[in-house]
Amino acid sequence: MLLVLVASFIGSFGAVFLKMGAAHLKKGFWHILNVQLALGAGLFLLSSVFFVLGIRHGELSVLYPMVSLGYVWTLVWSRLFFNEPLTRQKFVGLGLVLVGVCFVGLGS
Amino acid sequence: MSEAQGSTMTAGFEARDSARTRRQGVALVFGCTILGAAAQILMKTGANHLVHPGVAGMIANLPLLGGYALYGLSTLLLVLALRDGELSLLYPVIALTYVWVTVLSFVIFHDRVNPFKIAGIVTIVIGVAVLGRGGER
Repeated sequence: MLLVLVASFIGSFGAVFLKMGAAHLKKGFWHILNVQLALGAGLFLLSSVFFVLGIRHGELSVLYPMVSLGYVWTLVWSRLFFNEPLTRQKFVGLGLVLVGVCFVGLGS
Repeated sequence: MSEAQGSTMTAGFEARDSARTRRQGVALVFGCTILGAAAQILMKTGANHLVHPGVAGMIANLPLLGGYALYGLSTLLLVLALRDGELSLLYPVIALTYVWVTVLSFVIFHDRVNPFKIAGIVTIVIGVAVLGRGGER
């Protein structure tokens, strides 16, 4: 369970680096080769390793909701690092997604 | 044109523009989740057919390689979406992957579907629809 939690945390930082790296693309497509994007992709890979190790033992009904905690971390980082506005629309949408993932987990 | 009029027009344009950017971003992540789900299915197929464990066996395994390639493509779409879109808005849309994987597992592997899974994928779809809706900020 801890492994999956760590995976969600690492994955959310992966998303932050992808967002940082994506900004380089505004200068042209071939700016896609940059350190932040490489770091982001690397963190995604690392997070998937933790995830696979985590789901070997454990109930998916508990683990799926923990994975989706990554969405919550990402919401916090978006506010902290990119100053994105937190609107009611985002809270409602994210809330529904979280409930949905919990249900899928319960059914698995 | 007075300055006040000018700024109102700019504000109107920006609102329209942001609604369009948002739809574009959500559409890109939508594509990203379809590719991601296909990648997971391919990797599962590949893992089922893994006769020779180890690196050599993995390289010779076409479904597994295809799965990794699709994952790469799906990440590329995510990056393109994030170029103009907001991370806080687009990242939860990735949960659509659960929807496609559930549907594809049912179709391909004949995995069981139950009321929980159906309620879950319907709720996720509604959540994504809320995130993708234009207009109100």
